[in-house]
Amino acid sequence: MSFLPYAVAAWLFGVGIYGVATSRNLIHLVVCLTVVQSGTYILLLAIGYVGAGKAPIFADIPLNSKVVDPVVQTLTLTDVVVEATVVALLLALAMQAEKRFGTLDPDELGVMRS
Amino acid sequence: MNHLAPLAVAVPIIAAGVLAATASVASRRLADIVAVLTAAASTTLCAILLAHSGHHQVVYWFGGWQPRSGIAVGIAFAVDPLGAGLATFAGLIVCVALVFSWRHLETISHVYHALMLVFLAGMVGFCLTGDLFNLFVFFELLSTAAYALVGYKIDQRAPLEGSLNFAITNSLGAIMVLFGISLLYGRTGALNMAQIGHSLAQQPADGLVVAAFTLLVAGFFIKAAVVPFHFWLADAYSVAPTPVCAVLSAVMSELGLYAVVRIWWSCFHGAFGDHEDALRAILVVAGTITALIPAVLCFAQTHLKRMLAYATVSYIGLFLIGVGLLTHDALGGTAVYLVADGFVKASLFVCVGIIQHRRASVDEYRLHGRGRDMPFTGAMFAIGGLALASLPPFGTFLGKSLVEDAAVKEGYGWVIVVFILASAITGAAVLRSAGRVFLGLGPEGESEPAFEVDEETETETGDDEGRRRTPFVMFLPVIALLAGGLAMGLIPRLPQAALRGAAALQDQAAYVAAVLHGAAGSVPHLPAPPPPTGLDYLYGALSSVGALVLAAAALFRERLPALVPRPVANGAGAAVRAVRELNSGRVGDYVAWIVAGVTVFGAAFSLTLL
Repeated sequence: MSFLPYAVAAWLFGVGIYGVATSRNLIHLVVCLTVVQSGTYILLLAIGYVGAGKAPIFADIPLNSKVVDPVVQTLTLTDVVVEATVVALLLALAMQAEKRFGTLDPDELGVMRS
Repeated sequence: MNHLAPLAVAVPIIAAGVLAATASVASRRLADIVAVLTAAASTTLCAILLAHSGHHQVVYWFGGWQPRSGIAVGIAFAVDPLGAGLATFAGLIVCVALVFSWRHLETISHVYHALMLVFLAGMVGFCLTGDLFNLFVFFELLSTAAYALVGYKIDQRAPLEGSLNFAITNSLGAIMVLFGISLLYGRTGALNMAQIGHSLAQQPADGLVVAAFTLLVAGFFIKAAVVPFHFWLADAYSVAPTPVCAVLSAVMSELGLYAVVRIWWSCFHGAFGDHEDALRAILVVAGTITALIPAVLCFAQTHLKRMLAYATVSYIGLFLIGVGLLTHDALGGTAVYLVADGFVKASLFVCVGIIQHRRASVDEYRLHGRGRDMPFTGAMFAIGGLALASLPPFGTFLGKSLVEDAAVKEGYGWVIVVFILASAITGAAVLRSAGRVFLGLGPEGESEPAFEVDEETETETGDDEGRRRTPFVMFLPVIALLAGGLAMGLIPRLPQAALRGAAALQDQAAYVAAVLHGAAGSVPHLPAPPPPTGLDYLYGALSSVGALVLAAAALFRERLPALVPRPVANGAGAAVRAVRELNSGRVGDYVAWIVAGVTVFGAAFSLTLL
């Protein structure tokens, strides 16, 4: 297993957080959050990868075949579902901001002080 | 018996689904009744689990996937007394919040009830689960319900922004938790916490385990709002509907600390046990900072809900010191403290809700003297303030004494000063606003509101008629909550039970044996802790009297001779303003603070734990 997927996961984590911290547009910000989350998908799949392993579906392969770890795939799937919920909620909030207050800039929205 | 564990989560989720599906046909009253009954049912189930877990660990494997020869494949609920106790407490607070919502929130739909029940299910599952990934899923479930509840009044700027800041920072926290879980799975091939702990203890810890630990702890610290991850909390708690605030402040923040306790003792203790002293120092210092800075910010607030939000953060700091001492008597004491303080804080939020219902404002200056005809609410609010300042015999006093005694035993006697300061300052803030609002004390002043929320829309009672008197159903929660806070200090064998629960949680070998090998296990027998001594009463008196003095000094500032030289006073004022301005309301700033915090904690952990 090469080092590359881990580097990609770390890069996505870092660059996504940078995006979230500096974003001036709520839609862009939510997309940056999904970039951070994508880091977890890559990391999970990289951890479960087995060199030359097949997909863990035993319908048409012999039972003793070498397969990749199915657990991380279910974790990733669960993660995708969870994230879809959160992103849907965040995008709904962003749409409300645009509709009612005419701005998507989190700084312009800002009413909270100290 | 074990089969009751999943029901405690399933019942509220099913009821939430039914409520959401029948929203168009069922009446509001029916939804109220169904929601309260469901929450009560879940609470009862948790209480039964609590009673049974007092004898042995309750383990339930979903789908019957029992471990074979010590290897867990399935997902388990592993219930111990502290987890079950916290779940029961969460259920109680949600019940009370739902009862308070009957009259306080007149224009809500069934979606509100459904969200509250999903929120409860997430919290209960979070407390009961024995599986790390399952913990993450419940973390996200309860968080998402909480984001939606905070932003319930989405047509206004402040709730929208509070909910956004809350959701973005906490989602980042959840992602960090998942990164940590992935790394641990890569190292151990396990998701069951007992299995992870067993596996990590077999091999020397390295950088990867420290990285996983840092990511998990930082993720849960964001939820718990430990400084410098705390900025979102004030924004969210000051704009959420008041019954939701009570739940958030009394239970949800504390769950982040519970998770840190759980993963430390179940997963990491075997690997890092030799470095316990270093971790203790880090956690106690982090707790001290979290207790003191927000206490000052709490005192500087005139927006009542925001004031209580900062008090919540301050108390999180005290609890972090308690769990950070890493002994069973400190953890048991913290459990008592946490529940007692949760009852008291929830009662304060409910009092604020009553003021809001009657006067449509939550600003101390705007309410100046306008609470004179609400003596009962005022008395309850003031008693709550004194309880927050750990007045004997409230449970806050008992919990604080237990933690202080444990700290002295570990050579951290100086944290007593932190406990007294934090509880006196937060209590003083509440007493000062009680004096101003209900007695009209002190000069009138101009508030500089942090933000404007149209309070009218939260409690749409319609006409003034409804606002002339407070419905009894709104007083009931206050009385129940304060009685709960008092009972925590008076139930005779409670401290001993809490200490036994804490010892059971910290016994990793017994946990592994119970979860992986089905051993019956038994909760250790411990002697009851000594009752509070004269010294403890002195500390309790110091914080209570200190709170009164500080509140009086704030109210009658003009009449006081200038005790503090002007340059010093000006300097202090400027410092407080500078700290207040850090809370800029900009989510980008908060994320930058999170990155800084993760870096600091990561550096501290890698320097000391390796």
